[in-house]
Amino acid sequence: MALKGLDIFKLTPKTNCKECGQPTCMAFSMKVAQGSVQIEQCPHMSEEALATLGEATAPPMKSIKIGVGEEEHTIGGETVLFRHDKTFVSKSLYGVSVTDANADEVLAEAAKVDYVRIGEHMYVELVNVAFEGDKSAFLSAVKKAAATGRTLVLDVQDGDAAKAALDLVKDTKPILNGANPSNYEACNALAKEYGVVLGVRAEDLDALYTTVTALEGLGNKELVLDVGGASIKDAFGNAVKIRRAALKDNDRSFGYPSIVNVAKLAPGDERLQTALASLFTSKYGSIIILEKMDYGKALGLYGLRQNVFTDPQKPMTVETGLYPINGAGENDPCAFTVDFALTYFIISGEIERSGVPVNLIIPDAGGYSVLTAWSAGKLTADSIAKFIKDEGLEAKVKNHTLMVPGKISVLKGELEENLPGWKIVIAPNEAIGLPKFLKEFVA
Amino acid sequence: MPFKHNPQVFSSSIGETVLGTGEKALTLGGENVWSLYSFDGAVKNPPAVGIEFSDQGPDRSLPGVAAAYEGAETLAELAKKAEQVPGVQFVAFRLAGSDPNGDNESVADSVAKVKEVADAISLPLVVTGSNNIDKDAELLPKVAEALQGKNALLLNAKEENYKGIAVAAVTAYGQKVSGESAVDINLAKQLNVLFSQLGIKNENLVENLGQGVVGYGFEYIISTVERVKLAALTQNDAALQIPVISPISTEAWTVKESLATEEEIPEWGSREERGIGLEVSTAVASIAAGSNAVILMHPASVATVSKLIAELV
Repeated sequence: MALKGLDIFKLTPKTNCKECGQPTCMAFSMKVAQGSVQIEQCPHMSEEALATLGEATAPPMKSIKIGVGEEEHTIGGETVLFRHDKTFVSKSLYGVSVTDANADEVLAEAAKVDYVRIGEHMYVELVNVAFEGDKSAFLSAVKKAAATGRTLVLDVQDGDAAKAALDLVKDTKPILNGANPSNYEACNALAKEYGVVLGVRAEDLDALYTTVTALEGLGNKELVLDVGGASIKDAFGNAVKIRRAALKDNDRSFGYPSIVNVAKLAPGDERLQTALASLFTSKYGSIIILEKMDYGKALGLYGLRQNVFTDPQKPMTVETGLYPINGAGENDPCAFTVDFALTYFIISGEIERSGVPVNLIIPDAGGYSVLTAWSAGKLTADSIAKFIKDEGLEAKVKNHTLMVPGKISVLKGELEENLPGWKIVIAPNEAIGLPKFLKEFVA
Repeated sequence: MPFKHNPQVFSSSIGETVLGTGEKALTLGGENVWSLYSFDGAVKNPPAVGIEFSDQGPDRSLPGVAAAYEGAETLAELAKKAEQVPGVQFVAFRLAGSDPNGDNESVADSVAKVKEVADAISLPLVVTGSNNIDKDAELLPKVAEALQGKNALLLNAKEENYKGIAVAAVTAYGQKVSGESAVDINLAKQLNVLFSQLGIKNENLVENLGQGVVGYGFEYIISTVERVKLAALTQNDAALQIPVISPISTEAWTVKESLATEEEIPEWGSREERGIGLEVSTAVASIAAGSNAVILMHPASVATVSKLIAELV
C-alpha cells in the first residue's frame, strides 16, 4: 500500500523551509500521503529518496494514453475493484476487428453507430487489424483502418510486418499488440523506436508475468496486457486476476490496462460476443474488440458502459431546455420535470408511450430527483417560472398549459402567481400513470 | 518469476433455496466465491436462467419468439414450449391480466390459469402477480394454495403486503417467496428481517433487489447487488445471505431502444436484435454483480446467457 505520512517525513530534510508551499515538512508529508500534493514539490529531496517515494506513491495501476488529437484516449488508472468504493475512471473502449478481406464491410457498418447519449459521444473508438500471415494484405487492411481516423490496435507478432505497419501509422499512436515470451525484446525495440504502447500476451499468467517484468527491466512501462483467447473461462479469469493483483495485492507488474478480444473468444457468434463484451465492461476489460458493431449490440452495451463508469458522487444530468416529444409544436401543452438523467428518461419514455405531443421543459434542478430537488430548494415555483421566462418559452409555445409532477403538486398555487395566464395542471405521482393521464387529458 | 494468485474464498456463503420438485428441482445460491469466479473456487450452483411468458400470450411480432411458440395456443401448450427452449432451467409465468389497471381479471380466473401452466410443466415455476399491492395481497395466497406440492416461487412480496403473502405461501402451503425492495441495501435487509420475524427461514426466500435495464440508472442496481453480496460474504450478514433473482424480461422490452419500430428509427435496425441486446447486456451485468437467477423473455437471450454461464463455471 501507499506510504504513511510518517514514512515520508523521515525522508524529508526536516528543515521546514516552506519552499514546497506547506508550513512544515510534516504537513507536506501528510499531504503527499493523501495524494493531494506531489512529492516533486519539495526541492530538497535527495535522488534516492525521490526514487523510493516515486515508486511507493505511484498509483497501483498505470494510466496509459493511446491515439492522438481528438482520438486520444486514456485507459487504466483504476484504483478500486467496485465502483461504489470510489469510481471507475477510464471507461472501456470498444473496437472492431478487421482483415483486408472484410475491412470495407465491417468499417462501413461500424461507422453507422454514432450518437450522443446524455452528453457522451457513442461510437466505435478503435479498429483492431489482425495479421494473418500475409504482409501485403495486412498492410492493405492497416491503410483501410487508418482511413477511418480511429485509433488502431495492431494485432501482429511478426516483427517485419509490425515494422512496416508502424511506418504507415506511427503518428496516430496505435497500440502494437504483439509482444510474447519469445519476441518481446525485438517487439520492445520497435515500440520504443516508434513511441507506441506495447501489448503483451502469453499462454498463461505465469509466462505473462515473467514477460512483463522482463519488459519493465528493459525500461518499458507503457504496456497493455492481453488476457488471451484460449477459452472464455481463461480470459475472464485472467482479466479478474490481473486487476485484482494490481489493486488488491498491490502487485504493480500487473498494474496495466487489459485488452480482450471477444471476436477470438466467440468467433461467428455475435450474440455471445455481446454477452462477453457486457461481462468485460462490468469486470475489468479496458479495451474490448468485437467482430462487428451495430445498434443491436451498441444500445445495450454503450448504455451499460455509461452506467458502470458514472461517478457515484456526481448524478448524471441532461441538458436544460425544451424537449418537444411526439412531434410537439407551439400549440401543444407543456410539462416539466428535473434534469436528473434517470428521471428524464423515464418521463420522456412514458410520454412517448402515450403518443400525446408534449413540450417537456427541463430546468436546472441540480441533478436531483423531483422530491429531492424540491426539498433541497433546487426546484421551486420561482426557479421554474424564471427558467420559462429566461428561455423565452412563453413566446415559443402558445399553449400555456403546464403539467406539474404530482409529487410536488403543492407548487400549484405559487406557480399560478408566478406565471399569470398559465393553466397549471397536476400530473400523476408516478411516471407509469402518465400515458393514461395524457390520453385522457387531450381526449 | 511466476505470478502469485491469491484466490478469494469467503468463510461465509449465500444460503441455498430449492425451487420445484423431483429431478428438475433447481437450487439457487450456496456460493462462497464471487459470482462466476470459478478460478477462485467451485461455484456451488451456477446462476440459473428462466424464461417468462404472460397470460396475454407471447409477442409473436418477434420472429424468434413466434418460432419458439409456434402452434401453441392454450396456456398449457405455451408452457410446454417455454420449458423446451434450450438453456431454460425454470419457467416464469406472469399474471398480467390480473392488473386492476388493466383487465382486472378475477382471482379465480388467474388461479385457474396458474394451475393450467403448473400442471403442464416439470420445470420449477415462478409466478409474478399483478404487481399491484392490494391485488397481489389477495391473489398470491390463492395462487399458493392452488400450487400445493409444486414448491413454486411467488415473486414480489413488498413491505406493504409481505405478511399475508409470505405466511400463506410459505407457512401454509409450502411455497417459496421473493421480497422486492427498491434498489437499496438497507431496504432489502429490512424486508428480509421482517420475513424472519414471521418465522420464515432463509431457505424459503429469494430476494429481488429491484430491477432496471442497462442505460437507465443501472449503476444503482449494480452497486446494490454488489454491496448486498459483499455484506453477505465478507461480513456474514445472515439477513442478506439469500439468493438474488433478477426479473429482466419486462424491463428490457419496455424502453425506447426495444419498443421503437424499424419504421420510426430505421438506422437502429432490427427491433428484435435490439431487445435481445438489451436483455443479454442487462442479464450478464446483473450476474456479474452477483445475481443468482435471471428471468428473460426472448429464447435467443436465454440461449446466449446460459451458454456464457456454461463456459464460465
